[in-house]
This record gives sequence, C-alpha cells and structure tokens, in this order.
Amino acid sequence: MHWIIAPVVLPALLAPIIGFVTRHDIRLSRIASVSGTVLLLAVAIGLALQAAGGETTVYRLGSWPAPFGIVLVLDRLSALMVLLTAALALIVLLHAIATGWDRRGRHFHALFQFQLMGICGAFLTGDIFNLFVFFEVLLIASYGLMIHSGGRERMRAGLQYVVMNLAGSTLFLFALGTLYASTGTLNIADLAAKVPQIPVEEAALVRVAAMLLMIVFAVKAALFPVQFWLPATYSNAPAPVAALFAIMTKVGAYAIIRIHTLAFGPDVASTEGIAATWLFPAAIVTIAIGALGVLGARRLMPLIAFSIVGSMGTLLVAVASFTPEAMTAALYYLVHSTFAAACLFLVADLVMSRRGGDSLTTMPPTAQNGLFAALFFGAAIAMAGMPPLSGFLGKLLVLDAIREPGAMPWAWTAILVGSLFTIVGFARAGSTIFWKSTSLALADEATGGSAPATGDMAIGARPGELTPVMAAIAALALLAVLAGPLAAYLEETSAQIFDREGYISAVLTPEEAAE
Amino acid sequence: MSDGAHFLFLIALLPFVGALVPGVMIRAGRTACASFTAVPTALALILLMTFAPAVLRGEVIQAEIEWLPQLGLSASFFLDGLGFLFATMILGVGLLITLYARFYLSGDDPMGQFYTYLLLFQGAMLGIVISDNILLLLIFWELTSLSSFLLIGYWKHLPEGRQGARMALAVTGSGGLAMIGGMLILGNIVGSYNLTDILAAGDLIRASDWYLPALILILLGAFTKSAQFPFHFWLPHAMAAPTPVSAYLHSATMVKAGVFLMARMWPALAGTDAWFYIVGTTGLITMVLGALIALFKDDLKALLAFSTVSHLGLLTMLLGFGTEAAAVAAVFHIINHLTFKAALFMTAGIVDHEAHTRDIKRLGGLRHLMPVTFVIGTIAALSMAGIPFFNGFLSKEMMLEEASHTKWLDSYYVVPVLATLGALLSVAYSFRFIAHVFLGPVRDDYPHKPHDPPFGMWAAPALLTVLVLLIGILPAVAEPIVTAAASAVTGADLHPHLKIWHGVTPALYMSILAILGGAVLLAIHAPLDRAWIKAPRPEAKTIFDGLVAALAAFARTITEGVHNGAISRYLAIFTVASVGLGAVAFAGGGLSERTRELLPIPPVIAVGWLMLIVATVSVVLMHRARFRALVLIGIIGLSISAGFAYLSAPDLALTQISVETVTIMLLLLALHFLPKETPRESPMGLKLRDGLIAIAAGGGVGGLVYAFLLRDIDTISDYHIANSYEGGGGTNVVNVILVDFRGYDTYGEIIVLGIAGLIIYALMQALLEGPAARRLRNVDYSQDRSRDRHPLMMVVVTRLLMPIAIMVGIYIFLRGHNQPGGGFVAGLVIAIALLMQYMASGFAWTQARQRIEYHAMIGFGVVIAGLTGAGAWVFGLPFLTSGYTYVHLPPIEEFELATAMLFDLGVFLTVLGAVMLMLYSLSRIARYAGSADVNVEAMDYDPSERQSDAEEAR
Repeated sequence: MHWIIAPVVLPALLAPIIGFVTRHDIRLSRIASVSGTVLLLAVAIGLALQAAGGETTVYRLGSWPAPFGIVLVLDRLSALMVLLTAALALIVLLHAIATGWDRRGRHFHALFQFQLMGICGAFLTGDIFNLFVFFEVLLIASYGLMIHSGGRERMRAGLQYVVMNLAGSTLFLFALGTLYASTGTLNIADLAAKVPQIPVEEAALVRVAAMLLMIVFAVKAALFPVQFWLPATYSNAPAPVAALFAIMTKVGAYAIIRIHTLAFGPDVASTEGIAATWLFPAAIVTIAIGALGVLGARRLMPLIAFSIVGSMGTLLVAVASFTPEAMTAALYYLVHSTFAAACLFLVADLVMSRRGGDSLTTMPPTAQNGLFAALFFGAAIAMAGMPPLSGFLGKLLVLDAIREPGAMPWAWTAILVGSLFTIVGFARAGSTIFWKSTSLALADEATGGSAPATGDMAIGARPGELTPVMAAIAALALLAVLAGPLAAYLEETSAQIFDREGYISAVLTPEEAAE
Repeated sequence: MSDGAHFLFLIALLPFVGALVPGVMIRAGRTACASFTAVPTALALILLMTFAPAVLRGEVIQAEIEWLPQLGLSASFFLDGLGFLFATMILGVGLLITLYARFYLSGDDPMGQFYTYLLLFQGAMLGIVISDNILLLLIFWELTSLSSFLLIGYWKHLPEGRQGARMALAVTGSGGLAMIGGMLILGNIVGSYNLTDILAAGDLIRASDWYLPALILILLGAFTKSAQFPFHFWLPHAMAAPTPVSAYLHSATMVKAGVFLMARMWPALAGTDAWFYIVGTTGLITMVLGALIALFKDDLKALLAFSTVSHLGLLTMLLGFGTEAAAVAAVFHIINHLTFKAALFMTAGIVDHEAHTRDIKRLGGLRHLMPVTFVIGTIAALSMAGIPFFNGFLSKEMMLEEASHTKWLDSYYVVPVLATLGALLSVAYSFRFIAHVFLGPVRDDYPHKPHDPPFGMWAAPALLTVLVLLIGILPAVAEPIVTAAASAVTGADLHPHLKIWHGVTPALYMSILAILGGAVLLAIHAPLDRAWIKAPRPEAKTIFDGLVAALAAFARTITEGVHNGAISRYLAIFTVASVGLGAVAFAGGGLSERTRELLPIPPVIAVGWLMLIVATVSVVLMHRARFRALVLIGIIGLSISAGFAYLSAPDLALTQISVETVTIMLLLLALHFLPKETPRESPMGLKLRDGLIAIAAGGGVGGLVYAFLLRDIDTISDYHIANSYEGGGGTNVVNVILVDFRGYDTYGEIIVLGIAGLIIYALMQALLEGPAARRLRNVDYSQDRSRDRHPLMMVVVTRLLMPIAIMVGIYIFLRGHNQPGGGFVAGLVIAIALLMQYMASGFAWTQARQRIEYHAMIGFGVVIAGLTGAGAWVFGLPFLTSGYTYVHLPPIEEFELATAMLFDLGVFLTVLGAVMLMLYSLSRIARYAGSADVNVEAMDYDPSERQSDAEEAR
C-alpha cells in the first residue's frame, strides 16, 4: 500500500547516494542508476495493474485527512503517466550510458534520478501546491540535465529555458495565491468540490486563477504563445536529455487534463469558457508553428524540436474538446508522441555524433548510413503520423474524435496540413543527410581521391547504442499492434478523468468511513 | 468467415514478412536473392488462385480480426472480383518484375534493398485492394506513398532520384491526407468504416450534406495517386527510379491505386452530377493533355510516363461517366493497359540497358540489332495505339463507344471530339515509339552497341505480349474476370460480351480517324516538335520546386523571426498573454461583497512602505550599476521582512532575513567575477514598451491581491491551527505545517535546493574545464582589489561571532517546533556564520580548515529527511507520519522529542550543504582566477609580524 509513493521516494533516496557516494566512479553510478530505473519500471507496472481495476487509491501523507494534508492519488491516468515515464527513462538512460553522454559532465545520474522523482511526483500528487513543488523539482533538475556537459550555445539556451520557466513558476504562485484566496483549499478534489459551488457573480477571482494556471501549464506544454523556450532548449540540450524531455511537455498536458477537467471543467459554470475556449485556438496555432518550424529548419535538432511543438498542438487540440472520446484519443497520442519524440532524438544523436554536428548539409556518409537511415525513417514516419507505426492511428483517433462542427474544419485542416509539412520537412532532411551524402562518396571515388571516412564517422554503432533506439521503435510498433487493448484501457481512463464525483469521494471520504 | 478465408490474412502478410528475406539472402548471391524474393509473391499468388473459382462465381470472401474497435478500425479483408483482379495483377506483375530486375540491376546496386522495398510496396498495394475497412485502406494507402518514396529514391546518389521521390511523396502524401479527411467524413455519414457497409449505403451518402466535401477529399487522394491533371506532374519525375520500378509502379500498381479507389467507391459515390463533372472532366483533360505531351517527349520513359498519365485519364473518365457499360470498359482497359504498358516499360529498360541511352533522338534502327526486343516492343506499342487484334483496341473501342453518346453540359460534341483527339494522339506517340526507336537506318553513334539481352530479361515482357495478343484475338478469355470485376465495381449483375467486331458504329469511325490522324501526325512530327520546343509552356517541376522552396523560405522566415532568441521578447509576450487573458477571465465573473474594511496606516508603516517603493524604483533606475542594485535589493528584502514581522509572521520574517542575507552575500561574491555594469541594449521605444507591460503586470497583480485581501473565506488553515499542537506536537503552526502537515512539500523543496547546489557545482566544473577558464585566468582583478583585503578587525570579529552564531543556529533549530525558527532558518544562520569567515579570512584559509564535504551534507540531509518519512512505514503508517513524545531527563526540564525534528535536521543539513556548496563553487572559481596570489594567511597584515618588519626596516 505504500507502493504508490515509491516512484517518488525511490529516486529521491537514490539520487543523493549517487550524487555523493558513487560520484567518483562512473560505473558504480551507472549500476545504481540503472537498477533504480528498472525498479521504478517494475513499481510502475505494479501500480498500473493496481489502477487498471478502476479503483482510485489515495495515500494520505503524514496520516492527515484530506484536504488538510497532502494526498497522493493513483488512478488510471497517473499510473499510466508514471509507467510511461519509467519506460522512457530506462530507454533514455541506457542510451546515455552506451553513448557515454553521462560522463561528459558531473552528476548526470543524480540529476537524472531527481528528474524522475520530480516527474513522478507531479503525476501522482493530488494537491495543487504540491504540484507546484514538483514542478520546481523537475524544472531545476531538468535545467541541470539540459546544461550537462556545458558549451556556449547550450548555456545560453539553458538560461532562456530556466528564465522562461521561472517566470512560469512565479505565475504559478500568483495563481495559487489567487486560488487559495478564492477557494480556501489546495487539495484538487476539494477544489473540484468547491469551485462549482462558487456562483458566477462571485467567480472573478477563481476565474483568474483558472486562467493563469492554464497559462502556467501551457508554458510546460509548449503551447502558443508561450512555446518559445522549447525549440532552443531541446535543440541545444544533450540529445538523450532532449529525449527524456519528451515526457516534460506531457507534464503540462497532464496538468491541464487533470486540473481543467476536475476543478475547472467545461461543465463548471463558474469557470465556464476558460479552458475550452482558449485552449483550442492556441493548440491550432501551435500546430502551425510546429509545422512551419519543421519545414524551415536548418538543423536537425530544431527540426525535431519543432515537430514536438506540433505534436503538442495536436495533443491539446484533442484535449480541448473535453469529451471522453477525444480524451481517449489525446491519451493515445500522448503515449505515442512521447516515444516518437524520444526515438527521434536518440537516432539523431547516433547520426550527429558521427557527423560532428546536426546541420542539414551534405557530408560524406557515416558508417552504417543505411541502418541509421532506416532508423530515422522509422522514427520520422512515427512522428509525422504515417503508418505503420502508432502515429497514424493516433492521428486518426484525434481526427475522428473531433466532431464538433465549429471545431472540425479548423482542427482537421491544421492537423492534416501540419502532417504534410512535417512529412515534407522530414523527407528533405532525411534525403539530405542519408541520400545526398552518398553522392559525395561516389564523387570521391570518381576523382580517385577517395578519403575513407575517418574518425567518429567510421565508427559503427555498438549493439548497446542501437538497442535503446530499437526499443523505442518497437514500443511504437507495439502501440500500433496493441492499439485495441490500449485504447480500451484509455477509454476507461478518460471515463475516470471525467468522473468528478468519483474522484472527490475517493479523496475526501475519510479513511475510516471508507473502510 | 468462409472456409479458408483466413488465408486472406496470410496473403496480406506474406509480402511484408517476405520483405525481411532479400536483405538477408543477398549474402547468398543475386540469383538466390531474386529467387527468394519470388517465393512469398508466388506463394501469395497461389493462395489467391485458390479463391479464383469462388470469386469468379461472384462470391465474396471475407475475413476479419478486430484491431481498434474504439475507432472502428479492424483488420478486415475481403476479396471480390475487383479486388481479385487487382491482386492478381499486383502479384503477377510483381513476379515478372522480380525476374526482370534480377537482370536489370547492375552489380553496384544494392539488390537486397531493392527487393525489400519492392516487397514492402507490393504488400502495401495488395493491402489496398483487399481491405474491407476504409481506415485500413488508408493505412495501406499511405504505405504505398512511403514505400514508393523509397523505390523512386532508390538511386539515392542521383539528384533526380531524390527529388522525384520527394515530389512523389509530397503530392501523393498530401492527397492521402486529404483522403483521410474524406474517408472519416464518409464513415461519419454511414456510421461505419466498413467498406461493405459503405458500399451498401450509396443512397444515404449521396443524399448527405457532407457528400460533396467527402467526394472532393477522396478524389483528391485518388487524383494525386493516379496522376490526374493538375497533379500529373509528379509521375514523369518518378521515372528517375530504376526501370523495373517504373514498370511496376506505373503500369500495374501505384498509379492504378487511384483508379482502383474510384472503382471501389463507385457504388457509394458515383452517379451524381458532381461525380460526373469532376471525375469525367478531369479524366478527359488528363487523357488529352497526357497524350499531347507524350508525343513530344524524347526520353522513352518520359514518353511512356505521359502515356500512362493519358491512359489513367481515360480510365478516370470512363469511371466518371458513371454508367455500367463505361465501368466494364474501364475494368477491361485496366487489364489491357497493364499488359502492354508493363511490357513497354520493360522494353524501354532493355533499350536503355543495351544502348545506354533512352533518348529517342539518339536511337533508331534497332530492329536489326535487337530483333526480339523489336517484336515485343512493337506488339505492345500497337496495342497501346489501339490497332485491331491487339487488346488495346478492344477497350479503346468500348471507350469511344461510351464517349460517343456522352453529353457534357449541353454539348454532344465535347466528349466524343476530345476522346477521339486523345486516341489520335495516343496512336501518334505509339507509332513514334516504334518508328523512331526500331525502324529507320542503323546508326553508328549509339553510346553503346546494342544487342538483344539475355532471355531472363526479355522473358517477362514477352509473356505480357503473349497476353496482349491472346486477349486481342480471343477477347472471350478475359470475359470471366472482367465480368466478376465489373460486377463488383457496379454492384450490379453484369454479363458483358467482349468481342472484336461491334458492327459499323460511331466508335469505328472515331477509331479509324484516330489511326489515320495519328499516322499523319507522326509524318509531320519533326516540324511539330520544333514548334513545341519553341512554344512557351509551364514547367511543372520548376513550379513545384519553386513552391516548396518558397514555402520553406516562408516557414524559415516566420520561424526564425518569431523564435529569434530574444528572451526579453519571449517574456514580454508571456506577460502580455497572462495579463490579457487574466483580464478576460476576470471580466467573465463578478466579485463577492467585500467583508473586510481597510485598516488605518500607522506612520511607521507608511515610511516603510515608502522606503520599499523608493528602493524598488531606484533598482529600476540604477540597475546598470550592479553593486548599487544589489544593495538596493537588500533594502527591499529587509523592508519585506519588516513587513512580515509587523503582520505577525515572525517565521516568515526570520526566513526572509536569512535568505536575503545569504543571497546578497553570494551575489556579491559572484559579482566579483562579472562585469560591474550592465550594458545598454534596448532602445528607448523598447524600454517604453517593456515599462508599460511591467506596469500592467504589476498593476494586475496588485489589483488581484487587493481584491482578495478584502474578502474573507473559509480555508483549510483553520484546521491546521486547531490541530497543530494536538496532532503535530508543536505550538508553532508554521513549523508544523512545514515539517508535518505539508512536510512533503518541504521534502520537495529541500531537494530543489540540494539539486541547485549540485548544479552549481557541475556548472563550475564545466566552466573550469572549458574555454572560459582561460579567460578567467587572464582577467586582471587588481583594479578592484582593496589593499586591505582581509581587515584585521573583521577577521577578529567574525571569529568571535562564529561560536555565538552557531549557538544561535542551534537554538533556532531546537525551538523551531514551538517558537519561530526551524531547520531551514537554522541552516541559513549557520551558513551565514561560515560565510562570514570566508569573506573575512579568505577562501583559501577557510577552505583549509573546512573538512566536511558539502556533497555529503546535502546527501545526508535529503536521505535523513526521506528516511524519517519512510520510518513511518515500519509502523504501517503513510510516509511522513510523525510521532512525538515527551522525555524527562534530569536535570533538564521535560522536553519533547518529535520525528518531525529529525526531518527538520534533514532540512537543516540540506540547506547548509547547498549554500556552502554554492560558496565552495564560487571559491573554486576565485582560487582559479587568482591562484597567483591566493592568501594562505587569514590577514593581509599580521600584527605579530609587524614588529619584525619594523625592525628590518630600521
């Protein structure tokens, strides 16, 4: 029964040990970090199984009754997110170790574990101030990971990242202050119970809080007009870190899904017209920004980063419908886009480390050009939403779920045209990197001055480096093959998300009464 | 599911599974690779043939597995006449192409890759034609786009190959995306994505308001795939692919997918005016235009490509007519076009392979050098021209017959005339293919001396020409399959009779006219060609490339313009959005009655308030002088602390003061290594803008706070106050909230602090190992340095203060649970005590006397806090559940022991460790920068040595 807090406590205890005890021995750090992550995955699987039954498990920290203490809440949604985090983390961690990224700066593993703690904590908490705390944890840890191994451009982008997100945190505090002043509580279930009772004539303050919170979450989710930090951050972060960050944007999406259905849902009169009205156009513009960014990118990393912006737009377009069907689609897309984004960054890392940079110019082909091309192709079609990987199904689900006549033309046009731009952008990039390069090789041979690929370029990827990428692609394939069972789980998940009464009674019914 | 229907899954899967084979088998040699590629195709074909009797009887074979029922997507397949026809074509021609490619590809080409792509493509095509679910069909549809992208770009070192591949992907991909929309609408109308259901609901669909959007979107998919005007331009550029690919994609498969789709959807969508005018007209235009361009193409493959465009137009037009007879003609022509066009492409490939050129102007006279190829090519070309006794004649006659009585708007002439013109041009380019390649005198300037290829290479086209002749002479052999397919297309029970002689009909006249006219055109081809070359005409590739380039440039401008890296602008947008949206949200609701009255302002408070304002404004005005700004920020912090104290929040005041002190001290130390002035970067206008934004934001926040300070509300704090002592064992509610009620938050926050310490350390390491370190070493700090860096008085006072400060820290820590204080403040106080030593006596001196590792302190702090929390598990209680007891140890008074204190110890250690690690990092930089003259003594002037100095001087 204490397992629910394990995803937080486990990395939180492990990280200082890695940071202090094993800091002089990278191998020891790796062993500790990998074992911790494997354990986390095992716990996450256990939690997901526990939640699959539909029960909402509440963990009252310090034995204080809700809403006065802090609670953790495990339902299908939070279990899913924790499981997703753990699976992604393991893939990314193995990649970082295999490619040696983890030793290019200090404290990679400690920060990595702290990062996991922050993410899992944010997914599990049932208290909105505690959500703020975990936003801080994951922000500061991610900042450390982002500037891992240093470098001028990276430091500059890191500064922008942290400044932008600290601004978001400040706004979060303003919002929480306003929220507390207008509802007198911080427990999400309690909020869900109290906000609907506020008459519209007295709702000005709580409305401001709801709106500001949405902006805060939008910063995390990289939604227009606060998406600016993402492209520079992701494209300058170490690639494995960028891959891990695929889940970070989802934290923002998760928070919107959680808070703006439970507390400020579209059916709540007092905060009516906040989430649904503004989220939708913002998401549409976000898709456009992502698509244009992909098409116009000069370097591979920004290209991938913008494709993530686009995917966040698609995800939130679905969320903005605030219907169970659309939420199912959104959740499927969420899982899919997390793996797709991570997969792209990992492949890109393998290629870039051999090409010595990510500019989209023609260079002689690297070792294993064909293999890398195939992996990139797989990851790109997943991201662009082409079959046979899960992206296509995700896109179909989203399109199919958006049926409201006012929204449909916009959403469909944005998603479909956005897909086209993404496809063209990826095709251009891939053909430059993997195809055009072969013409250089031929030209070399023709002139007789054939310089065999040297240095990093000639080094093929070891199995350890390829396994994580392949695992990510396998995950995407599995998501497609097992779409039916997964969607069934997600359907129940979104039903649970919209079951406000169920959540409230699970959290607020005193333990003794519940037993 | 009928008997054996599950073999449909196997048929659908075989090519995909088989795609794994060639990549491996290439190691066994090229022939082995080709043979093993043929195995899955042949197997699938054999399985397919087992269904032939049933399908030709008119039965439909169905098989289904659920996939994603939430969406209505299932892996369901069905095989009727139409699907059977196409599946046979795809697999049959696939086999022939496998054989042909074995001999066509050179030793340099990676053959394993080629066959893998080919099988993937074959699987995708096969999937399209046997899908019983339109979403599944969409999946295969997109797969054909992707796999054809790989096939067209197979010669990846050639720019034509890459560009052609990308163009094909962009055009067919965009059509595919439109089709997604159309199919979803269609499914929405019918309430099912099942093809069988949709085909049965034609009336419902045609009556729907959504019919037209669905139709247009689906047709966009079909037209782009089947290269219909104005999307025809990608097809010729796809000819950059190896000829086997062209032969496969452009005779039997890819481009026929669009035609297939229109045929498939015929019962659901056809029969309306919209269908007739869109589909029929597009087909008509494409047919004439394609044929016209084909006539003037010198590249053999380009000629065939535009001929394909033209014939696809013909098929589209026939389907567009919407009559059953036209549908029969279309089905029949699909078969005939496949046979002669595949043979022609292979012929062109043979010529290219042997003569090393495909330029018609450099060819001619090959009749004598390549007799076998000549025979094959001629038969196929005559069929394309529509000469009697070749199969192309039969379906062309049927087409002309249909065209002759089709009315377009009010005109009886438009369609027949244009159809005849199309046929005429078709005859002309077909004759040109024969005459200019094979006939004429033998030349002596071929790039390579041509001769007939080995049997393996001409076997495939030869087989196809046998079919051309067989059907051409005995059309009845094709009757069963045409019947089955046409019935499937129309959904009616048709019994067409295919025959050569239809009597003297308008079609016959049109046919004769076409053949004669074609011959005349060929005769005057040379002058026409010159005129054509002179005439200005739009070059589709230039337009397309320009469009894509312009789009990319536009995208780049927008993206880089918006994401220009100016953090100030990002923040401005963020702030404006927050203020604006916040105001909108505010306006949507009202405010409750205010329940509190404003309090009078005592003069002292007014002064403090004024000081705060003045200090803040001063920071804004003087922020360029960084030292001064820091001092001012200190004043602000102190004023706020005073405010807390006044508002009865001693804990907050304590915390604020110590945080403020530590922060300012660290900032001062850090500033040592930074420029002392902030450069002027923003012009006046920008400053004004930012100022306004800042005022709006500040005003907004102020207003918000004002609004809620005037209103009472029931909060959960009442519970905290009531239960602090009884439940938490402490009388200081703030501390109990921090370590107990919301200890979990504190746990998170100390971790934030610990991480910050680690990051600063890691950053410092990166800094010292990077290029910045050199710069750091070379900076001259002597200008800033006071001569008396470590003043005697300060050193002495700080030493005296040290034990006192530590006592205070411990005191604050211990009393925390009941009085203002606690681990956080205590940690800061002790950190300040240590900081003072650093400042007074210098980094090196202090560091030498400092033996605790700060990493350890952070680590222990976080672990202690965590373990304290986890200790509750032993008692079966949730994380962080606290316990306390009162202990009496003589001679001390009774005191309280609470687990919360242990937790607080964790807080204390982490705070102290983090602050000290930050300080340590700064001192590392300092020592690095000034390692030449680092002090080892506490004081610059040691008074004890002064005496001897004086003596020496004397």
